[in-house]
Amino acid sequence: MIEIKNITKTYNTGAVEFQALKGVSFTIADGEFVAIMGPSGSGKSTLMHILGALDTPTSGEYFLDKHDMSTLSEDELAAIRKKKIGFVFQSFNLLPRTTVVRNVALPLMYAEVPKEQRTEKAIEALKNVGFEDVHFYHLSNQLSGGQMQRVAIARALVNDPSLILADEPTGNLDTKTGEVVLETFKRLNDKGHTVILITHERDVAEHAKRIIHIRDGVVSNEEIINH
Amino acid sequence: MKAIDVFEEIYWSLSANKVRSFLTILGIVIGIGSVISMVAIGQGAKSNIEDSIASAGSNLIIISPGAQRGVGMNVSAGRGSAQTLLQTDADEISKSVSLIKSVAPELSRRYQVTAKGKNTNTQVIGTVPAYMDVRKVEISNGNFISASQVSSFDKVAVIGPTTRDDLFGVDFQAIGQAIKINGIQFKIVGITTAKGGSGFSSPDTNIYIPLSTAQRYLAGDKYLSTISVEATDQDSMAAVQDQITSLLLMRHKISDPLQADFTVMNQADIVATASSITDTFTMLLAAIAGISLLVGGIGIMNMMLTTVTERTREIGLRKAIGADRRDISAQFLLEAVTLTFAGGIFGVMLGWVLAKLIAQFSGLTTQISFSSVLLAFGVSALIGIVFGYYPASRAAKLNPIEALRYE
Repeated sequence: MIEIKNITKTYNTGAVEFQALKGVSFTIADGEFVAIMGPSGSGKSTLMHILGALDTPTSGEYFLDKHDMSTLSEDELAAIRKKKIGFVFQSFNLLPRTTVVRNVALPLMYAEVPKEQRTEKAIEALKNVGFEDVHFYHLSNQLSGGQMQRVAIARALVNDPSLILADEPTGNLDTKTGEVVLETFKRLNDKGHTVILITHERDVAEHAKRIIHIRDGVVSNEEIINH
Repeated sequence: MKAIDVFEEIYWSLSANKVRSFLTILGIVIGIGSVISMVAIGQGAKSNIEDSIASAGSNLIIISPGAQRGVGMNVSAGRGSAQTLLQTDADEISKSVSLIKSVAPELSRRYQVTAKGKNTNTQVIGTVPAYMDVRKVEISNGNFISASQVSSFDKVAVIGPTTRDDLFGVDFQAIGQAIKINGIQFKIVGITTAKGGSGFSSPDTNIYIPLSTAQRYLAGDKYLSTISVEATDQDSMAAVQDQITSLLLMRHKISDPLQADFTVMNQADIVATASSITDTFTMLLAAIAGISLLVGGIGIMNMMLTTVTERTREIGLRKAIGADRRDISAQFLLEAVTLTFAGGIFGVMLGWVLAKLIAQFSGLTTQISFSSVLLAFGVSALIGIVFGYYPASRAAKLNPIEALRYE
């Protein structure tokens, strides 16, 4: 459950003060599949950073599962990310020259999951995203883009987070592969995972059940997608 | 993050960059290796000198002459060249000083020695039979100088094996042969056992003749160059030294001990002086080798900074999936320490091999002390911490958002 109330974020870069978010409020319930959509410069990346506990808002309140997130220190944010958030990035960010399974198991290492359970959980996550088991022990840099992104999704969900945040997950993929990845998110959502998709493309956003439009640092409108 | 996981991550990242890791370790290996081998040379020299001093005899007190300093006179003649000690001094010491085993007066000087057309320049020691006990001289062939030879001014000589080899050839049966010392003919009656030892005062080159003969035919006077006294045990050394000093002051009619015309030294003093010299020598060698260790440490820092920059995105990702600052800094700091520690291990091996090779090919004695190995490990770990700290803290301070965007 995500609740944000009147979030603002101001960047101070020397003399220039830039307000990226000017009071954003919304609620996302558990098990929702929401797209946050807006053109570049709309503040959607800043919003993602705050939702993903990579950054704190200048003002306003953010509750993730009833925990107040707006005043945490850097290391406290890291602990929240470890337990509650799974990231999927546009550029995959897999460890190169490292096997698929080890990549997926990486968050479990920081979560101090016992070693013998890690591989098991990683394989389970990979199966969940429909990753072909012949590639489990291939090196990440030997995979195609679509395969890499599914490894990244498996990594995001391996520790069973409250929230999966995907930042332009199809940005580096062709349309057909992108479709497969988006289907993967849909399947995860059907299984009960909360997914937030950040994108500037309407085609991508329409895979979600609800779209929150961001423009110039505020929520411009919301729409429900009926599939 | 658990410790075992940190080490696994380090293993993966180091083996991903094998050549770079190897070259970085090499810097530390050379540094530690040279420190170990240089200290081994210094320690070897030290133990060598200590051994040769100890082989001169145990519980030994040596009295040497020194010029008397008159009031207002600041110049004193060099020790040993002065002539203040007499046979009667030695006799009086053995008569009235307690806690001593034996007293051996001697008159030593370097002379040209010839035999069968070959010649050498060596130390000729005129002395008495007691010298054998006091200075631990052993005879391999024939006899040492006897009391009757001393009292009858016999021209007999006991020669060291090195001098024997120099004059007659290796293992020549030299007993009964004639040698000329300073032009005067002596008959060889004994050969001493080789003691080894190196440097300018190896006992194996010495020639021993009766004290009386040396005084009458070679020196032409009654003075002594040294009186060696053996105390009964280690604990009585100080008491013996005090007794000798006051006895000689009285005999030489000197009231102020600072004006003494002789010096009484015991072995411990000699060892301490020699040790302080070799310690300085060791420090100097270690300091020079330490420079290469410092350079190795800078190599570590260079590699770690490169690694942190190269892996900025990876660090960003690790932070995004929950690594906190401690996890990141531990990983990079321990990576540096692992490199230096591995360098330390191989460095100790290299140092050991170098020390052995130096001993093999240059004839220098080398001695690897446990403490220098321990120190090398300590220093290499410390270098890892010092030079790994900055790159590690830089990695830990990276902002995850910026790190993930880094190209």
